[in-house]
Amino acid sequence: MSTVNPTDTHHHDDHHHGPVTLADGVWPWMKRWIGTTNHKDLGTLYLIFSFTMLFIGGLMSLVIRAELFAPGIQFVDPAFYNEMITLHALVMIFGGVMPAFVGLANWMVPMMIGCSDLALPRVNNWGFWILPFAFTMLLGTLFLSGGGPASGWTMYPPLVMQTGNALPLMVFALHLAGISSITGAINIVVTILNMRAPDMPLLKMPLFVWTWLITAYLLIAVMPVLAGAVTMILTDHFFGTTFFDAAGGGDPVLFQHIFWFFGHPEVYIMILPAFGIVSTIIPAFARKPLFGHDSMVYAVASIAFLSFIVWAHHMFTVGMPVSAELFFMFATMLIAVPTGVKVFNWVATMWRGSMTFETPMLFALGFVVLFTIGGFSGLMLALTPVDFQYHDSYFVVAHFHYVLVPGAIFSIIAAIYYWIPKWTGVMYNEKLGQFHFWWSAVWINVLFFPQHFLGLAGMPRRIPDYAVQFTDFNMVSSVGAFMFFIGQFVFIYNMIMCMRGSGTKATGRVWEGARGLEWTVASPAPYHTFETPPKIDPREMA
Amino acid sequence: MKKISMLSRWGLGALGALAMAPAHAEWTLNMGRGVTDLTDDVFGLHMLIFWICVVIGIGVFGAMLYSVIMHRKARGFEAAHFHESTVVEIAWTVVPFIILIAVAIPAAGTLLQIEDSSDPDMTIRVTGYQWLWEYDYVDEDVSFFSRIDRESDRARQLGSGIDPASVEHYLRNVDNPMVVPVDTRVRLLLTSGDVIHSWWVPELGGKKDAIPGYINDMWFKANETGTYRGQCAELCGRGHAFMPIVVKVVSQSEYDDWVAEQGGDAESEGELATGQPSSGEVSADEATSSEESPTAGNATEGRTEDGREDQPEEAEESIVGSGEEDEGSEPATGDEPSSEDTGSGDGSSGASGGGSSEVSEDELMSEGETVYANLCAACHQPDGSGMPSAGFPALKDGAITTGPVEAHVAQVLNGKGAMPPYRGSLSDREIAAVVTYERNSFGNSTGDVIQPSQVAEQR
Repeated sequence: MSTVNPTDTHHHDDHHHGPVTLADGVWPWMKRWIGTTNHKDLGTLYLIFSFTMLFIGGLMSLVIRAELFAPGIQFVDPAFYNEMITLHALVMIFGGVMPAFVGLANWMVPMMIGCSDLALPRVNNWGFWILPFAFTMLLGTLFLSGGGPASGWTMYPPLVMQTGNALPLMVFALHLAGISSITGAINIVVTILNMRAPDMPLLKMPLFVWTWLITAYLLIAVMPVLAGAVTMILTDHFFGTTFFDAAGGGDPVLFQHIFWFFGHPEVYIMILPAFGIVSTIIPAFARKPLFGHDSMVYAVASIAFLSFIVWAHHMFTVGMPVSAELFFMFATMLIAVPTGVKVFNWVATMWRGSMTFETPMLFALGFVVLFTIGGFSGLMLALTPVDFQYHDSYFVVAHFHYVLVPGAIFSIIAAIYYWIPKWTGVMYNEKLGQFHFWWSAVWINVLFFPQHFLGLAGMPRRIPDYAVQFTDFNMVSSVGAFMFFIGQFVFIYNMIMCMRGSGTKATGRVWEGARGLEWTVASPAPYHTFETPPKIDPREMA
Repeated sequence: MKKISMLSRWGLGALGALAMAPAHAEWTLNMGRGVTDLTDDVFGLHMLIFWICVVIGIGVFGAMLYSVIMHRKARGFEAAHFHESTVVEIAWTVVPFIILIAVAIPAAGTLLQIEDSSDPDMTIRVTGYQWLWEYDYVDEDVSFFSRIDRESDRARQLGSGIDPASVEHYLRNVDNPMVVPVDTRVRLLLTSGDVIHSWWVPELGGKKDAIPGYINDMWFKANETGTYRGQCAELCGRGHAFMPIVVKVVSQSEYDDWVAEQGGDAESEGELATGQPSSGEVSADEATSSEESPTAGNATEGRTEDGREDQPEEAEESIVGSGEEDEGSEPATGDEPSSEDTGSGDGSSGASGGGSSEVSEDELMSEGETVYANLCAACHQPDGSGMPSAGFPALKDGAITTGPVEAHVAQVLNGKGAMPPYRGSLSDREIAAVVTYERNSFGNSTGDVIQPSQVAEQR
């Protein structure tokens, strides 16, 4: 093996800041986690934070599904229901999925490109520690008189102007979450462009690194747009501006344009890293290189570009000129082409491979199938005349949950199963992992598939109560939601066991077919890796 | 594994419970065809793109499944080493592109037809409010409000104890449906008096947003008579789920009869051919509301600047005042003419304008109770206790309901924060009734009796 010296064999006398453990005392241990600038520590913090938020957001979705189990209002007031749908989305998007991907990037990007840490470690620490404050503030609005924000995560004015004291807190929470995302994104861009190991040209980078590089640019481009939009809401509310107020010469639809100019790239921010993860895992378990590595990169870049010119497909019903509707329809349909290329390439990677089906691979395959279903409904939604029927119905709810839950979240779960032996040095319990996959895969479809039918039958989204003809599928969906949620505790248990170090020891390579620099270091990965740039064996690269 | 089978049995048990679902429930899987030529086209496009997805899905998932079954290490399959092919990549870029063009062409054609609302046979102005609709027949001089029916409204309350399945057309029924003739090109002009709403009756076509400050248009031409139901499709606050839309498509002669009934002749007030009782307030409001929608929009914009406050009851007069200024600057808003006295056959919602006749306290109290149950109880609760935690103050011993009468009337007229203004949707008599009711119920005992003339003065 002409690869690297695993850095744990180095003994640098000038490095005394190895990880402090609980054995060194509670306060030093807390100080370590508060002050850490280590990419692995921060990756762990991001992931723990993200799963806390996924849990809270999940509880909110259970409130929603409990109320929707039967027609009539059984549990919560409609105003509180609206707070739940609003906070569920904000928490899941900005607190759950985005920080989870940043956490994975923290852990893996330096190890995949052969550098010792992110380029701006202190900014990295700051970027993380903003988040708990942001979400404490956001969730704290639930305890205000007047309640939390209840205008949906899209915050459309004029409705959002009816928010009570929660409005400024929601705006500031989004500002903070945005600052966090931007610092993370800048850090990742600078690291990838400047700190790659000498023998790693851009086009040889692993797909996960590529997708994150492009995602980071999307973040830098659109998070300020969101910040601007919510700031205008703030000034409309408190300082007498009328950006979005028709009575003052403003335009409520302007907000929607600005919001979705952020919002559409945002949905790719939540799915491009997932593409990277799946493109990493499938070749490892098919024991065959990724099919069309370069075309995958070009496809991701095309999707990222197209994401900037399709935003108004979220607002076909606001009454745009027909020429604009045609443009946004055609542009949206175009996205199906690069997305199709990616799916075809994954299947071609599997084709004539030598596949095994450990848990990460199962979740990656589940991703391919279920994300593709979400993609199909996306293609249907692209057709403007039909969208007039689908829009704001449960069909849309089914669509974006298919791409976000068995899409983005399955990929996050797959990534954690794939890399946790490298992080903790022990294998997770494979039986529990397999059970977790099958349980999740079944119930997620029980949960979301019937929502297609509900939408087609005419049930609008964001309603706490519905006409009785929608009862049956809502009951099925609610059962699915509770069962899916329960199953996730198996995953949490499995991961806690790994973090406590109980399980069979993992080898450095972990997976037979795994390729990439991260597998050339020991398991668990030493606290500092690649302090000197590795020499790369070409077989480790794409 | 024992635990697993137990859990899955529990899951099956829960699914089994679905068998006991209410009798109304349906397992509808697909979109309906609707009753216009365009909904038929849209249905065709929907099925076209659906089958394309199915075929592609079978291809992709089939290849994947074959590979998963055949190319597994457990069968001793050795991995091949190919990892790129420009020809294949180009093929699966170009072929989907061609398929997309084949779909885009008919989709664009249908879109152009949908968006061409020229040459309508009739026009109805639709204004969304939190949480009701106003229909204003521009050519017919007919205008009325349409809100959720009383039975659904009672059943939908938290802990109402009423089984929604026992309510006919639960949440999909209104007091005054829109009535249009069959085979007629009906154009809707949509706007809103407060926040964004969206008008959607699936059988008549897609939805269109009703946006304050905008006038959007859409059109439909129903091919079959019948009653078609839908509801608001854009989140518009607490009552979003409770602003249904009902459109009755009737024959031209039935429509003409209906218009005549709405024309203000109380003697001809009766039932529509379809049996839906028509409420007297239809004619009650027609005189003023035809010009009022854009005005109401402005007034509400002024109002919403203020936002939902901690204690909306402590109304600042300046805000109310500015709303009135906006309103007053529009020339079309005047007092309600007293001719609307003729409009009512239904005491509960019947209207009486600023006429000189006094209304008895008993009448005001009973009419007020009805209005209160319809509009106010959802937030302020049937017993007037409000929901302080959600920002809806108690009316029992409230600062407004036991304070000066003028401020109380002004608040009902102009709204405040999350409370919509009712100057457009309630008559003087209804406002007088509900204010009287609120001031002498829930333990409030001001003894005030407010006459419609007082409300008319404050308008």
